[in-house]
Amino acid sequence: MKSLRAYAFAYLAFLYLPVLFLPLFSFNNSHFIAFPLAGFTTRWYGDLFADDTMLHALGNSLQVGAATALLATLLGLLAARAVTRYRLRGSGAMLGFVSLPLFIPDIVLALSLLLLLGAIGFPLSLAAVVLGHTGLCVPFALAVLLARFEGFDRNLEEASADLGEDAWMTFWRVTVPLMLPGILASLLLTFITSFDEFLLAYFLSGTEATLPVYIWSQLRFPDRLPMVLALGTLILAASVALVVLAEWARNWGVAPDKKSIGA
Amino acid sequence: MGKFLISRFSGVGVTGRSGNRAGYWLLSLTMAMMAVVTVAPMGLLALTSLTAATGPVLAGGASLSHYAEVLGRAGYRALFWRSIGISALVTAATVLLAYPMAYFVAFHAGQRKFAHSKTIWMIALTIPFWTSYLLRVFAWKIILGYGGVINSALLSLHLISQPLGALLYNPFAVVVTLTHAWAAFAILPIYVSLEKIDRSLLEAATDLGDGPIRRFLRITLPLSMPGVIGAAILIFVPTTGDYVTPTLVGGPQGAMIANVIAVQFERVGNWPLGAALALASMAMVAPAAGLFVAAARLVTRTVK
Repeated sequence: MKSLRAYAFAYLAFLYLPVLFLPLFSFNNSHFIAFPLAGFTTRWYGDLFADDTMLHALGNSLQVGAATALLATLLGLLAARAVTRYRLRGSGAMLGFVSLPLFIPDIVLALSLLLLLGAIGFPLSLAAVVLGHTGLCVPFALAVLLARFEGFDRNLEEASADLGEDAWMTFWRVTVPLMLPGILASLLLTFITSFDEFLLAYFLSGTEATLPVYIWSQLRFPDRLPMVLALGTLILAASVALVVLAEWARNWGVAPDKKSIGA
Repeated sequence: MGKFLISRFSGVGVTGRSGNRAGYWLLSLTMAMMAVVTVAPMGLLALTSLTAATGPVLAGGASLSHYAEVLGRAGYRALFWRSIGISALVTAATVLLAYPMAYFVAFHAGQRKFAHSKTIWMIALTIPFWTSYLLRVFAWKIILGYGGVINSALLSLHLISQPLGALLYNPFAVVVTLTHAWAAFAILPIYVSLEKIDRSLLEAATDLGDGPIRRFLRITLPLSMPGVIGAAILIFVPTTGDYVTPTLVGGPQGAMIANVIAVQFERVGNWPLGAALALASMAMVAPAAGLFVAAARLVTRTVK
């Protein structure tokens, strides 16, 4: 199986090499993205943080991402709970319906939402982007949460009720702690999805650019490229940190600590 | 309201028919939201595509004239076929490249040195996908461009004297870029389906005299087909409608259906025609995806 191992590393190189050109050329002291390299510089990073348009777009993306993550996770939570807690007729069809955005190309989703917002007079804005992103992210939230809830032991909640807690206290002291790792994983996944989404934001954001819309606008100017690559490098670094955090959150809940249930 | 929701949510003591009502109640908010972001816009898109002239929706009654134009013009037909062809190639390449990778992680990683190495492999394989999608696609423009990484590297090594112009702005560049950009969507489902395979089945096959290749073809491959089919659909459907990649690396010869739809909405301002193009493309993708699934099933059955 040596050849399979060699293939695995070659495949890894195929995945990483293009992406690693971003940090490489972001530290290259030249406007031109080409070999040979022209020496080390951090000036593109300096330029980046001096760019108010970029900082404004970053702020917009953080807001949209946070709002989308909260909304999509809440909606995913309700649906996942309904399906796993109750035996509902037609729940499979309903889950399929919720997954519909996965099967609609983004361009069609974006333009049809543009039509709808125009028809009902909803202004193109960050709120419009949140609406679109929430639709896009609910299937992801649902998938993550369903996977977590399938191993959910309902007896713990029944026991809490039998021991005299009301629905409210049972919810806060039993249900929420058990679901927390799934909820965190869903929040992270939906946040990153929204933060990176371009096409819906491009058509629905109006005059308020999100970060991907800003990046798109910069790609046309060759002398702005090293700065954009610096931005890409920072996004990569932040995402790696988030993914590691998410992995930690996932493992943290697999064997729930007894203390976190009882207390 | 909050308390009502929470009592439905936790559902303690709720049983029988009232329990079902509580369940549907919980689902209703999510369903309503999804109706607002999918059914309502798609419905409006359909109505718009039937609107004759530019003006309010259905002002002059319904008409199929835009569909006639979409189906009648050779340029549009060629575009549809090219989009489907590119996506089919991307899907096949992505799945074929990802399968041995997923197989390696599922069956060979983490057996000796440390138990977590499967997780480490999976994290390592997904990290490149957490960069900005735009920049992942753009990276290929840097690599394949006229003054780009490949050309400048070959020039400075004196392997070529003129930059190669044929690397960028063609369907090939689109296929390569999309194959790279969507790799994670193949690795994850295939890995999950391989992980689920009961290892004792493989031992049984060996005990009964199957060699490694026969065992792979008769047990591993058929049992991992759900992952392969899932990956194929997850990649095929969205890539046919991809806008970013053909715009950045496709050039005129690599333009896809999304570019033409966007042009109708943006520059031309013929929304009804754009809507008809959008719905026609979705109508073409669905049977193509169905064919994909049927072909995959057929392969599995023949092998068995």
